[in-house]
Amino acid sequence: MRDAFVRVLTELAPKHPELMLLTGDLGFGVLDNFSAQFPRQFLNVGVAEQNMSGLAAGLALEGHSVFTYSIGNFPTLRCLEQIRNDICYHGANVTIVCVGGGMSYGPVGMSHHATEDLAILRPLPAMEVFAPGDLWEASEASRYLASRPHGPAYLRLDKSAAKPTVRPGEVFRPGSIRTVREGSDVTLAATGGILGEALLAADQLAEHGVRCRVLSVHTVKPLDTATLSIAAAETQGIVSIEEHAVDGGLGGAIAEALMEAGISPGFFVRIGLRNTFSSVVGSQAYLRTVYSLDAASIVRTVSLKLGIAEEAISR
Amino acid sequence: MIRPTTVDSVALARRIRAHALRMTNAGGGSHIGAIFSCADILAVLYGGILRVDHEAPRHRDRDRFVLSKGHAGGGLYAALAERGFFPVDKLLTHYQNGSDLSGHVSHKLPGVEVSTGALGHGLSIADGIAYSGKLKGARHRVFCLLSDGECDEGSTWEAVLFASQHRLSNLVAIVDYNRIQGIAPISEVLELEPFADKWTSFGWAVREVDGHDHAALRSALAAVPFIQGKPSCLIARTTKGKGVSFMENSVLWHYRVPRGEEFNAALAELEGQQ
Ligand SMILES: [Mg+2]
Repeated sequence: MRDAFVRVLTELAPKHPELMLLTGDLGFGVLDNFSAQFPRQFLNVGVAEQNMSGLAAGLALEGHSVFTYSIGNFPTLRCLEQIRNDICYHGANVTIVCVGGGMSYGPVGMSHHATEDLAILRPLPAMEVFAPGDLWEASEASRYLASRPHGPAYLRLDKSAAKPTVRPGEVFRPGSIRTVREGSDVTLAATGGILGEALLAADQLAEHGVRCRVLSVHTVKPLDTATLSIAAAETQGIVSIEEHAVDGGLGGAIAEALMEAGISPGFFVRIGLRNTFSSVVGSQAYLRTVYSLDAASIVRTVSLKLGIAEEAISR
Repeated sequence: MIRPTTVDSVALARRIRAHALRMTNAGGGSHIGAIFSCADILAVLYGGILRVDHEAPRHRDRDRFVLSKGHAGGGLYAALAERGFFPVDKLLTHYQNGSDLSGHVSHKLPGVEVSTGALGHGLSIADGIAYSGKLKGARHRVFCLLSDGECDEGSTWEAVLFASQHRLSNLVAIVDYNRIQGIAPISEVLELEPFADKWTSFGWAVREVDGHDHAALRSALAAVPFIQGKPSCLIARTTKGKGVSFMENSVLWHYRVPRGEEFNAALAELEGQQ
């Protein structure tokens, strides 16, 4: 996803001289090409995320369209107050880019895992929040953010990505949920690269006659409540899936939106981290199994809700 | 290019202090000591240094002023109102229900570039504005007024490093160096001395000045950049609460609302200075 983002920015930089990419001294080997081609549009600000964010606000107030780039929580939680006061309050045209959403940086450790970022950035006024599920969504969200003026935005990029889900001629619509698989039994709503696990789970459940509707929630804010409401009415229940804390993230957002709309799905389960740090060492795929976020865990959850015997599934 | 209009900065400073006193009295606001500390700096800036135009507050070529010590917002509002950016009448809405004049400075007011209040933010924003100006080859300058207390913030020094790395000679940091911070003297909290040496060693061109001496302030601020190719830092040695004897050098008047006899006495002192 990171490469898709850099590719889009490299493509658009000449057409949009106002574009600027700021990095907090990360992106070894990844940003070299961009910085060499567009030295006036690139800045390595050093290991100084607070300054990067305030600086970005200052640049945006002068007409630049700014991207701040770093890993995990560094461009977000480390400098949250600069994001809130300097970027959001001034409605500054700044996109905060996190590479390594969720547990992308698996064995590196919890310091590099972004597992509360959606919940923390989502309530900031005017902030749009994107967490693409596959490479096409990552490219298109990047293109949307880089090609037109907008307010503050957060782009959470995952190391993993679902297999391509795009249909021929499909147009990316920010703020709307993509139905990447039709189904009328259960809704699996995923955000980020973990969409891949949701699709795998849907495959496995299909073998047992369970038809899953799979939604890719690439935009967590604003949230497409209409599509969720329809899913609540047309399927037996909704399972939210995120590589993130269940509180305040996608699961929280869906619960808020549906409750307020007066809609209650047949059942509702949030799959994500529950009041826990990702402290086990392992790859992203391994950690998903440890924290019950992988396809098998999704299958188990759905089976339980539908009353399908576990032996039937595991066989 | 915008030409600054020159006014009697001493009279302007006196009016800023009197407005601020009335504003904090009427609204029940605080930080009068911090406002008095930098009233002379604001008066010199708005009395002929800053190239700004009240009829075109967003003019592309204007000098940008960032009040990083946002708690002195009352002082900036007074300076702007006095220079015609908005009606002086508006000042007395400070701190009041429904007003735009929040205690910490707000960019909703014409002439205010950015809202601040949390310390250690302003210089980073000023860096960004200055960097943009440099990229575009623009002629305007960026002035940023900091408190000494906010030099405790690591983010301030991140911004200091950036400005010298990128030779932001269009950037001027003015530190209101009154040696008192939130609830105690600096010497008892986090000593900043050798203060000028810190800025110098970080690559800035530094001057020190009596922050209440208008001629000295004016001549220093008219001489920026102090060294070509470097950002400039003016350390203005000030007295917190300057202008009212019983407020001077007092931690209490960072917070206390001037009311009753204290208000009358303070006003009498300020008026006596005419
Ligand atoms: Mg002080």
